[in-house]
Amino acid sequence: MSSRVRPVVALPAIGLAAGFFSALFGVGGGVVVVPLLILVLGYSTRWASGTSLAAIGLTALFGMTAYGVLGEVSWSDAALVGFPAVFGVLIGTWAQQRLPTRVLTLLLSALLVAVAVRLFIG
Amino acid sequence: MTVVYALVLGFTAGVLSGMFGVGGGILFVPTLSLVVGLSHLSAEATSLAAIIPVVAVGAWQQNRYGNVRWRSAFVIGATSAAGVVAGVALATWLSEGTLEKLFACLLLIVAARLAWSARH
Repeated sequence: MSSRVRPVVALPAIGLAAGFFSALFGVGGGVVVVPLLILVLGYSTRWASGTSLAAIGLTALFGMTAYGVLGEVSWSDAALVGFPAVFGVLIGTWAQQRLPTRVLTLLLSALLVAVAVRLFIG
Repeated sequence: MTVVYALVLGFTAGVLSGMFGVGGGILFVPTLSLVVGLSHLSAEATSLAAIIPVVAVGAWQQNRYGNVRWRSAFVIGATSAAGVVAGVALATWLSEGTLEKLFACLLLIVAARLAWSARH
């Protein structure tokens, strides 16, 4: 897929959208960043997901700092879910390199549908 | 039992994070609010804290595979700060509902486009 929007415009726009939805829904913004990198800038699914992980580290840091000021972060609970997730992410990235791109993209699409359904249910 | 659920869901969130480049908040937020019992706002804030070590390890791993474009990541991450400010301001006094449904519709459209792009 060829890119129609220049990266100098698209990247900050993607960042803005990621930050906005990240803070609003408590997600890192990857759900926004990954599909936009693929559809707007023509990134491969692996590039998009790798770049997204690096980007949302910053996004989450900003979001957490904003909430942290409000004293809303429960650190022990963050460790409770975050610690096993660190092991999970190692397995996830490992598995990703071994899946065909097409399968990966279709699975990503399915994940977005699942997220949408969850948002509808509330 | 709560701890076991939290550990299993946390691990699953990590796998999703690594496979799809998301932070894991999709699972962290419901886990923290429904299983652990945090308030919605606290669950979202805590989810963001949990995401940081996960994506740090994930990005490090993806960098080894050659899948990270650092300059793009930095621009997206840096500009996201402005979006975060707007989002936090809204989240603290907006009752979710309409916005979540709009976002859900947006995701469905994006999902359809992605599936279409992978049709070959």
